[in-house]
Amino acid sequence: MEKFILAFVVGGAICVLGQILIDVFRLTPAHMTVSLVVAGAILGGLGLYEPLIKFAGAGASVPISSFGNSLVSGALAEAEKNGIVGVLTGIFEVTSAGISSAIIFGFMASLIFKPKG
Amino acid sequence: MSNKKNKKLSATQQEYQKFAKDREPKRPLLSNCIHAFIAGGTICTIGQFFQWLYMTHFGFTEITASNPTVATLIIIAVLLTGFGVYDHIAQWAGGGTIVPVTGFANTVASAAIEHRSEGYVLGVGGNMFKIAGPVITFGVFSAFVVAIIKIILQALGGM
Repeated sequence: MEKFILAFVVGGAICVLGQILIDVFRLTPAHMTVSLVVAGAILGGLGLYEPLIKFAGAGASVPISSFGNSLVSGALAEAEKNGIVGVLTGIFEVTSAGISSAIIFGFMASLIFKPKG
Repeated sequence: MSNKKNKKLSATQQEYQKFAKDREPKRPLLSNCIHAFIAGGTICTIGQFFQWLYMTHFGFTEITASNPTVATLIIIAVLLTGFGVYDHIAQWAGGGTIVPVTGFANTVASAAIEHRSEGYVLGVGGNMFKIAGPVITFGVFSAFVVAIIKIILQALGGM
């Protein structure tokens, strides 16, 4: 139960950070998501994002910043096994689920649904 | 950036910019943040529920469970986008629906649906990542740089 509250608070806090980037720093939503992804990648490289996922569960793994972290951790894990080429082969290893499901279901949606309004 | 822009404008234009800025509606920062907090927190709590489901019934660990969780949320977000519900939620929640991975799925699905009239190859295939592309491009490039720096540091310092 405690986990659910942590997920709510941490996930909500990351979303507030995004909202502040839009409203106070006048970033467009695209610039805001890009900043969060880059921040996630840097935190992942410093080894700080994985503890956050352990602490907050989905509160840290659902926001887009975890995308940057997964890219880095996939690249580093593969580089440990296969040397420097692993950075290229491993970069999408962890994020494959997110990107491929977005492509597959996005395409299926375009077959089924018609644009609204 | 605004200073650089102002240098090119004439005095009247600058006056107008100031005039327009004074009349721009103030953004309700506090209520926007509260909406974002509630919506984002709720989406993450739903994610936590799926994560708990995958961990207790399908034998995933805390770290590996985030993959199927993200995929599940993406399916839900794509369906909500298709039925036209997600946009209504997003209007109220602002950043609360853009930041979670569901916002990424929403941009992919809405771009795909919107451009379907231009044909499946050039319309859907070509425009699907029109809005979501920057996230992937900058995410991959920054991840590449971070990974290379970390590998070099490890090689030098033997961490």
